[in-house]
Amino acid sequence: MGTENRKIRVIVAKPGLDGHDRGAKVVAQALKEAGMEVIYTGLHQTIDQIVQTALQEDVDVIGLSILSGAHLPICEELIKKMQEKGMKDVKVAVGGVIPNRDVEKLKALGVDAVFPGGTPFDRIVKGIREIVEKG
Amino acid sequence: MGVAYYTKDEKDRVQDVTLQSGLKIKPVYTPDDLKEIGFDYEKDLGDPGQYPYTRGIHPQGYRSRAWTTRQYTGFGTPVETNERFKLMISHGQTGLNVAFDLPTQMGYDSDNPRVAGEVGRVGMAVDTLRDFEIAFKDIPLDRIGVGLTINAVASIMLAMFQAVAEKYGYSKEQISATPQNDILKEIIGRGTWIFPVRPSIRLIGDTIEYSMNELPRCNPVSICGYHIRESGATPAQEIGFAIQIANAYIDNVLDRGYQIDDFVRRFSFNFNVFGNLWEQVAKFRAGRKLWAKNIKEKYGAKNPKSMFLRGLFGGGGYGLTKKEPENNIVRGAFYALAAALSGAQTIALCSYDEAYTIPTPHSALLSLRTLQIIMEEVGLRDTVDPLAGSYFIETLTKQMEEKIVEEMERIEKMGGMAEAVEQGFVQKLVAQQAYQFEKDLQTGKLKKVGVNLYADESKKEEDVELHEYDPSVIDQQIERLKEVKRERNDQEVSRALKELKKAAEEGKNVMPYLVTAVKTYATVQEMTDVFREVFGEFNEPRII
Repeated sequence: MGTENRKIRVIVAKPGLDGHDRGAKVVAQALKEAGMEVIYTGLHQTIDQIVQTALQEDVDVIGLSILSGAHLPICEELIKKMQEKGMKDVKVAVGGVIPNRDVEKLKALGVDAVFPGGTPFDRIVKGIREIVEKG
Repeated sequence: MGVAYYTKDEKDRVQDVTLQSGLKIKPVYTPDDLKEIGFDYEKDLGDPGQYPYTRGIHPQGYRSRAWTTRQYTGFGTPVETNERFKLMISHGQTGLNVAFDLPTQMGYDSDNPRVAGEVGRVGMAVDTLRDFEIAFKDIPLDRIGVGLTINAVASIMLAMFQAVAEKYGYSKEQISATPQNDILKEIIGRGTWIFPVRPSIRLIGDTIEYSMNELPRCNPVSICGYHIRESGATPAQEIGFAIQIANAYIDNVLDRGYQIDDFVRRFSFNFNVFGNLWEQVAKFRAGRKLWAKNIKEKYGAKNPKSMFLRGLFGGGGYGLTKKEPENNIVRGAFYALAAALSGAQTIALCSYDEAYTIPTPHSALLSLRTLQIIMEEVGLRDTVDPLAGSYFIETLTKQMEEKIVEEMERIEKMGGMAEAVEQGFVQKLVAQQAYQFEKDLQTGKLKKVGVNLYADESKKEEDVELHEYDPSVIDQQIERLKEVKRERNDQEVSRALKELKKAAEEGKNVMPYLVTAVKTYATVQEMTDVFREVFGEFNEPRII
């Protein structure tokens, strides 16, 4: 769906047990300021909770913030659950402490965009718009 | 990340300097500045070791005792962690600071399906006393003080520490543990909370009361302005909010009928050091004074030791960058300098690779060497509070004091820190500041070398050796847990857990019951579940 019809809806989620939420909150504020509808989940979300919220809120993008190093197993589970629920149109973006060597691995799992720590806001905003517009 | 806001003219002359706390620095300071702030040596500073301790809590500073070096360490299972502990001690480290994995910090056992992928990742996995027996094997617990970086379940870890020490033949009076045990900062900034605010504070009160009577060398709480700063607070807020957090814990213990002098001397603090050097030094000097005043004037302490602000100053995580990571080694040296110039009791540094993952032995050792080099080669042990008397530093210290008081008053107006955190006030404030800070960095208003200044775009980011997570540790850990469960006496365990639940419900101090439960090899999750059942879980206020 095109951005001209409606605002892009993004859920910014903190999966797992990692409590470092500065980045998630900062990015949530940046996406809001860029005109997107943002739902911030708060901490300690299970993948089921995140998928549930994403469905309820009818989001275009699920954004995960992960700083613990567990991004590969977490994303694998998320993509699996999304496939089970038939969420083909929902895109996945991941940010946090992500070593470069894992970026391709995440994409191979089905993650649409990866924004390692320190990625400027304009690149994140642009990246989110691109994956949504690509459909 | 950046240190301060600079305005320059077209000839690169600095026109204006504004610190993160909002204070401005002048190009020149003279005796007139001291006159203007009404500087009074006795009242504002006192000699080192004299009230209000602005210059430090010991008359001889680092001459009588060097700072303790205590790098944050732990990963995988207790086996690997024990090896790393010994490596650091063999290289001259004088204390330990234990990193726990997230399942342990959140009160889950390693075999819980919810925590798959997190076991042993950011710290050591602990399920039962058996794990502590492995982790602390051959560590001289009468000599080496041990920081336990854990909060929501700090009471359980303190009980476990006592149990392991006793098992290895040390008396509980000999051992020195410093559990972090600061739940309010955890809610503001680090996120490993479990129970609601009030019962969490009660658990902290229990550990303070228990330590007072049973563990005289333990520091039952380490109040962390550190993480609040990492989350977006200014240096003035870092100190002001930490003092208000400490007051929330103090009030809980006073309500039990104790006097301030009975317990507060065992409080310790953990503060951050990244940023403008002068602002950090002023912050610590002003902070020591305000803590002393707070304890003396607000709480009526008589014992000077109650008024000492003792702390671990260090880390600096948010100051470090992912780009050009070796630059972080240089930054770390300056952060250590800031801590040493400020009279830290203990210093630890974040390692240069921490924007990628947890440290390798190489990077952890580099941090330790940094602390040793500044201790042995630069002259920082020569004299106490070497910056004292500088027109600039004394003016800034006084101004910082006023700023910190303003921040403390904001919290007081809200009815104290427990209220302010329950309502999400502090969380919202720091999140907004973090956003502004990030924007300023991206627009270049704040400068960061290698990031938005002299950035080398051709450079590949990741030319550093990284710590490899070994997924086989999960199986080893779960296997050990199974073995312990097979060997332990289940009746003893359930009896101990029942007694623990009763104590929690009846408002008794839970610590003796935890010690008993730990010794039956009850698991961390079994004990935490008892608390979950009795106390419920914290509901995060919505702030975005």
